[in-house]
Amino acid sequence: MAEAATQEQTAGDRPLVRFAGVAKRFGQITAVEEFTLDIGEGEFFALLGPSGCGKTTLLRMLAGFETPSAGSILLDGEDIVAVPPHRRPVNMMFQNYALFPHLSVAGNIAFGLRQERAGRAEIAERVAEMLALVRMPDFGRRRIDQLSGGQRQRVALARALIKRPRVLLLDEPMAALDKKLRAETQFELMELQRRLGTTFVIVTHDQDEAMTVADRIAVMDRGRLAQVAAPSEIYERPNSRWVADFIGEVTLLEGMLAEGAIETVLGRFRAAMPAGGRKRDTVWLALRPEKLHIAAQRPADGNLNAIPGTVFEIGYRGDMSIYKVRLADRSLMKVALANTSARGRASFGIDDVVWLSWPPEAGWVLTR
Amino acid sequence: MGRRASIFNIVSVTLGLAFLYLPIVILVIYSFNGSRLVTVWGGWSLTWYRALLSDRAMIDAAWTSLRIAALSASAATVLGTCAAVALTRLGRFRGRLLFSGMVYAPLVMPEVITGLSLLLLFVALDVDRGFWTISIAHTTLTMCFVTVIVQSRLVSFDRSLEEAAMDLGCPPLKTFLTVTLPLILPAIAAGWMLAFSLSLDDLVIASFTTGPGATTLPIRIYSEVRLGVKPEINAVCTIMIAVVAVATVVASLASKRGAVRRERAGA
Repeated sequence: MAEAATQEQTAGDRPLVRFAGVAKRFGQITAVEEFTLDIGEGEFFALLGPSGCGKTTLLRMLAGFETPSAGSILLDGEDIVAVPPHRRPVNMMFQNYALFPHLSVAGNIAFGLRQERAGRAEIAERVAEMLALVRMPDFGRRRIDQLSGGQRQRVALARALIKRPRVLLLDEPMAALDKKLRAETQFELMELQRRLGTTFVIVTHDQDEAMTVADRIAVMDRGRLAQVAAPSEIYERPNSRWVADFIGEVTLLEGMLAEGAIETVLGRFRAAMPAGGRKRDTVWLALRPEKLHIAAQRPADGNLNAIPGTVFEIGYRGDMSIYKVRLADRSLMKVALANTSARGRASFGIDDVVWLSWPPEAGWVLTR
Repeated sequence: MGRRASIFNIVSVTLGLAFLYLPIVILVIYSFNGSRLVTVWGGWSLTWYRALLSDRAMIDAAWTSLRIAALSASAATVLGTCAAVALTRLGRFRGRLLFSGMVYAPLVMPEVITGLSLLLLFVALDVDRGFWTISIAHTTLTMCFVTVIVQSRLVSFDRSLEEAAMDLGCPPLKTFLTVTLPLILPAIAAGWMLAFSLSLDDLVIASFTTGPGATTLPIRIYSEVRLGVKPEINAVCTIMIAVVAVATVVASLASKRGAVRRERAGA
């Protein structure tokens, strides 16, 4: 219920794109099932999921390269299922960029306008404008095979934007870039989207990328929509164990719901009641590693939930260390500790007895 | 294993090349022989090339051959490209396997059988045999070679290029003409060159399907040789070797250049 309200808030009363009960089957295999989603005007929207979850199929249906087996896709309130790809006001940036090797950089960027029979002067002007937009003003006459991976990516972006599409589709746009370049490109893409105000729909399997760039994220699991919400909402208040586990690190404690608390084999922990949860329901307490506090003694504050354990493994990551702590039931709980002191490693060693604690509001109770 | 050639390697390469090219080299050298006798060396000379220029029958035959080769290679390229596109693009249509098998069958079919069956067809249809029947027969012979070459290129063709073109507003047919065709053109050119060479040197099928007034160069040469090898024949053959060699080299360069460009343009 809560996420439906959020969706309506951000997608608006008249969404730009609406998937209504869309399904896609390839022979025996179902790629997308019962998919309903609204995307608002001017949003930077991410479709996120593991490989094979149907996110690319969804994007290709929006571009017109696949026809849904059931349901309808609306753009500006009109059903576009029967419209062929070359008549849709959406443009796509392909995963491998799909630049035409027989055309120059300018020829590639101008391709879309040439199809509209735009005048020579207008084409030249808009191509120059696009080259400036992607900060490659002097590259117009280069051949595609003379460009680096990052430059090709920019040309592909310019080519997809020149027709000023209603929606820009980006299929794993940064998969081929190295980590550093990817991070830079993400911020450039966000700035570009803000400046142009165009609706961007990005498909990615990289949760960090989706969290960074998108206003809203649709998390997909095996062809179905698992949750759609703003990145912080998805991270802090996932609607299922699957989403909690897919996005970031999490420890899940199974238990039974009681008044303002959850009873587990490890003890009773205070937590906020989930919406619609009833007493004695089986629920799971989700704890993010960075929200836990680690100490040698049990904390004095009686309001905190606390649990003892022994350090099992320490992973040093530079900015933080990940501790895996073995609890009384032999399960492992992950705790992240920021390495704020220059000494780096914190003062706990393997097999030390430690106490983990967290305030009641730091945990999130999941009912499924 | 060192990278330097061992004696064994040098010997086997030499023997292999000698086996392949010695007869041709001898033929080429003797085409510049000044002597009237084929087997006696009489010094370097261009006599027989000059003699060729005044041999009306030989020049007519060569002209007929070139026209047939150009015509049948062009027809075979169009048909072969269509077949290749159908085989790679239409997916799993009913009878696809049978169709591809039938396209490839002429590759391994003995030429005598192809020639005989075409002869029977032309006789049954009561067609006057000559220039046109040879052209049709050569189209049949060479089309499958074009299909094989173009199809191998289409299989490795990145379909997302076509999707990108359509996404940018290009209708499907125009996409094929402005994106697909320019990119597979080297393969099509290679197919044409190969078809041209095959048609130029075919004797068997041409002699089955020829008629009065249409003598191709191989038929002419063969009938001359039956009366004894004349030095002019050596000159004709040397020219033919040059033409075919150039066509083959151009064809393989064209397809190799396409492959290299694709490689450099990236995935």
